[in-house]
Amino acid sequence: MPVEIDVDHVARLARLALTDEERERFRAQLGVILEAAERVREVAAEDVPPTAQPVPQTNVFRNDDDPWESLPQEEALAGAPEAEDGRFKVPRIIEAE
Amino acid sequence: MTELCDLPGHELARMYRAGEATAADAVESCLRRIEAVDGRVEAFLRVTADDARERARAIDERFVAAEDLPPAAGIPLALKDVLCTRGVTTTCGSRILESYVPPYDCTPWARLGEAGAVLLGKTNCDEFAMGSSNENSAFGPVHNPWDLETVPGGSSGGSAAAVAAGEAVWALGTDTGGSVRQPAALCGVVGFKPTYGLISRYGLIAFASSLDTVGTFTRGVRDAATLVSAIAGKDRLDATSLLTEPRDLADGLDGGVAGMRIGVVREWLGEGVEPGVKAAVEAAIERLGRLGATFEDAALPHADFALSAYYILAPAECSSNLARYDGVRYGHRAADAVDVIDLNSRTRGEGFGDEVKRRIMLGTYALSAGYYEAYYGQAQKVRTLVIRDFEAAYERFDLLLGPTSPTTAFRIGEKAGDPLAMYLSDIFTIPSNLAGNPSISVPCGLDEKGLPVGLQLLGRHLDEATVLRAAHALEQDLGLTARPPLVEEAA
Amino acid sequence: MTEYEAVVGLECHVELSTATKMFCGCRNEFGGEPNTRTCPVCLGHPGTLPVPNREAVERTMKIALALDGEVAPRSLFHRKNYFYPDMPKNYQISQYDLPIATGGHLDIDVDGETRRIAMNRVHLEEDTGKTIHASTTGRIAEAEYALEDYNRAGVPLVEVVSEPEMRSPEEARAYLQELRALLEALGVSDVRMEEGSLRCDANVSVRPAGASELGTKVEIKNMNSIRSVERAVRFEVDRQREALGRGEPLVQETRHWDEDRGVTSSLRSKEEAFDYRYFPEPDLPPMEPDEEWISKLRAELPELPAARRRRFVESLDVTPEQARILTSAPVWADLFEETVEAAGQPGRAVANWFTQTLVPQVPADHAAGKADAIVEVLRLVADGEISSTAGKEVLVEAVGTGRPPSEVVEERGLKQITDLGGVIDDVIAENPGPVEQFREGKEGVVGFLVGQVMKKTGGAANPQEAQRRLRERLSS
Repeated sequence: MPVEIDVDHVARLARLALTDEERERFRAQLGVILEAAERVREVAAEDVPPTAQPVPQTNVFRNDDDPWESLPQEEALAGAPEAEDGRFKVPRIIEAE
Repeated sequence: MTELCDLPGHELARMYRAGEATAADAVESCLRRIEAVDGRVEAFLRVTADDARERARAIDERFVAAEDLPPAAGIPLALKDVLCTRGVTTTCGSRILESYVPPYDCTPWARLGEAGAVLLGKTNCDEFAMGSSNENSAFGPVHNPWDLETVPGGSSGGSAAAVAAGEAVWALGTDTGGSVRQPAALCGVVGFKPTYGLISRYGLIAFASSLDTVGTFTRGVRDAATLVSAIAGKDRLDATSLLTEPRDLADGLDGGVAGMRIGVVREWLGEGVEPGVKAAVEAAIERLGRLGATFEDAALPHADFALSAYYILAPAECSSNLARYDGVRYGHRAADAVDVIDLNSRTRGEGFGDEVKRRIMLGTYALSAGYYEAYYGQAQKVRTLVIRDFEAAYERFDLLLGPTSPTTAFRIGEKAGDPLAMYLSDIFTIPSNLAGNPSISVPCGLDEKGLPVGLQLLGRHLDEATVLRAAHALEQDLGLTARPPLVEEAA
Repeated sequence: MTEYEAVVGLECHVELSTATKMFCGCRNEFGGEPNTRTCPVCLGHPGTLPVPNREAVERTMKIALALDGEVAPRSLFHRKNYFYPDMPKNYQISQYDLPIATGGHLDIDVDGETRRIAMNRVHLEEDTGKTIHASTTGRIAEAEYALEDYNRAGVPLVEVVSEPEMRSPEEARAYLQELRALLEALGVSDVRMEEGSLRCDANVSVRPAGASELGTKVEIKNMNSIRSVERAVRFEVDRQREALGRGEPLVQETRHWDEDRGVTSSLRSKEEAFDYRYFPEPDLPPMEPDEEWISKLRAELPELPAARRRRFVESLDVTPEQARILTSAPVWADLFEETVEAAGQPGRAVANWFTQTLVPQVPADHAAGKADAIVEVLRLVADGEISSTAGKEVLVEAVGTGRPPSEVVEERGLKQITDLGGVIDDVIAENPGPVEQFREGKEGVVGFLVGQVMKKTGGAANPQEAQRRLRERLSS
């Protein structure tokens, strides 16, 4: 059974503007893909610890007394699609999820 | 007379030191080949000819001065366009980074550049490394040099095709679910994915952080060994890179396979695998047996679930890694946005292709409130089980073996409309990304259509030496000489 | 009429004063031109990776140890995913269910009563950039666009979370003062709320007195000083009590403290809580501090404010209230100890010079290193060379500006005339009438004669000394 996904909710969380056509197409495709991905739930794994990294390491750090050269302002802004007064410019921010 | 661009890197290295050829000659040879064939192969997004000639000139001076130079010196290579090159546009095959110029070099290229290698250009790939056919690039598909109507594989299709067509001597790609090994198999070249963490990921534009691995494309196993050795080793800029003893993996390459215990993953030679693939793999097994290796069937009981786990873990990590593309600091920006949410959403809607959007949404869903345990959490547990399967197998075997891909190169457009069918191309390669162990695809013959078949050898963590030794022994014994028709014409 | 008790928890963010940022080598400094302390890593450029700052991790562990918390044998960084332009990666590397430390407590004093506030956790994350909302009218609500400066993005930030155990605005204030003093003693942060290196959000609810269930929780943001926090908590507690008293339901929400108007107001309410989609940070291996490392850090902890206060009271003859003021900043406590040792005067008296004069009037950072000047002024007063009133003035001036005390005394003519003999003889000679009256028993005339001495010395004489000497001369 393909899984039913709230595509609108997911697209909003992921900040993806979709056309109506895309919305419908993706809803169908994602449902089918998720159905295949759901197979993981067939595996009995209650006592199995999760793996986040394939080759385990611990305690990897950087020394604080080793500062490096920051980018000059022009280089930091070099890729900026819009900038003003040495800062990256964005349209107004409204408080919402 | 073989063109310089068709020679293996180690042969060029010998010729440079013997005064039989210059790096400039080799670079010109590659540039001529690119000119002759890339209109049809479309492996390159960008050719940095002037820079290449300048680097070649500079390294030739040092050869003339009889400096003792590293093996990579003067070797013309290409980089998959997910690897950052300072000052050279890096797009990831995506509109959202169409004009992005990185302010820094990825560590693998920095090390190669330091060693005197020459960059020919950036190769095409599936957008953000997501795909198995290179049909997901925003800048057009890549064509397999063996049959231009077929796919080169993906996501590093451009790098694989470039090496297969003699456009570059070496190339780097990235392998997250098979994206070096599978295109290598489809293009008839050697594709090597070392242990996760052996090669720094700094500058590898992230798709799935715990799976992404830099890999190599070469026309021979010896070159793979040399190329990996040139870039491997701890990088202080990558906290997941491993501290290892520097070693030249080309040492001991000729050790042979006598006494090696090899496990054949029998499920991987069952239904769904083309007969031509099966035949070539079984013939290779026989060869290795004659060379002294012993064989038994190996089981990876959870490999069956690896695909499902991958299609939760990779999209989950990618949904987070790709969040930064929002039109603010670099890359594409949608026009006339009314507020920042509109800016982000339309920028990403315009800039990303379908496959990327699908995976971002899949990943967002799998991590979202209420679903984490069932999907992401469960997939991580399956990952543990796959790792345990490998550990158990390596108690009995030195290497595991199977086909790299269930099929040879399929036609462009054949699977593009069916994401699930496309995902199945990675069914044999994905387990080693989940487990992080080294794995190589080495050409082992052609099928009845004259298309290349790749054999996959999988080793223990950090046992690249055994993997390379076995692949080299097979390669030497096979003595394959067939080249893509395209190359036969151009050479 | 139900009595409602306040339930307050405080969540503090502490910017660490490390030399470099949390995950890259950019310098960690305050101020500067925008976007001049960034690099591909903290700008979130494609392909970049984080590497954690060991010093930041150690400072976090020290904060936890100083709070008597438990350092976890294994902790992870997690990604907190949401979109906001001040976050270059649109996720923040933070911690979730395996923070560096949990538990612990902070003892606070309010009105002579000590209360133990339990701590929930101490964790480490990266700070965001700074947003300027720009509009032609200057009001955020009408902002047309925004500008981002990423100098602060990636600075190490420690989150210290208390349990909701404070019962009043005063306790909230005391908690913040004590936490601030502790952090300053550890030397891990500048802890200046006005600069943003210490920030605080409050979680406030009320419940019927004696109840055990928690009421509706309201989060308050935008308090820029310890006083603001106290005022905001007081306002919010009253607001909630009044609303419940009127039978109005309370909404679980985030409210914004308006310092000028003195009220909390609702931010645009969200229909759903944020879904941060936390997952372990794949680019960073876990942290597993061993006992050896933890013990080493524990041994490096300095004397904390609470212990120092105890020692001042027990060994240096200081009152608890004086001790509280003296340990409000390490500078004062250090200066006090140096002064007591060098001046050889009773602790209580020396402490008064600090608590009554120096601390209220001189900024702590001006006072640093000025022990010699303080000792000098105390000596001048003890020797009678200047009056104690003059001493206060000289102390503030000398310590505040760095000018030598003797120079200040000279310039302002504050030197008392102690050799009064000549002046007294003159006054006696010039005022035979009053002198005669005094000898006949009229006490009140002494004041006039002292006045004459003061007049002759231009007010510089020590009046007590003058009176003593007059009486002495006149009775002989």
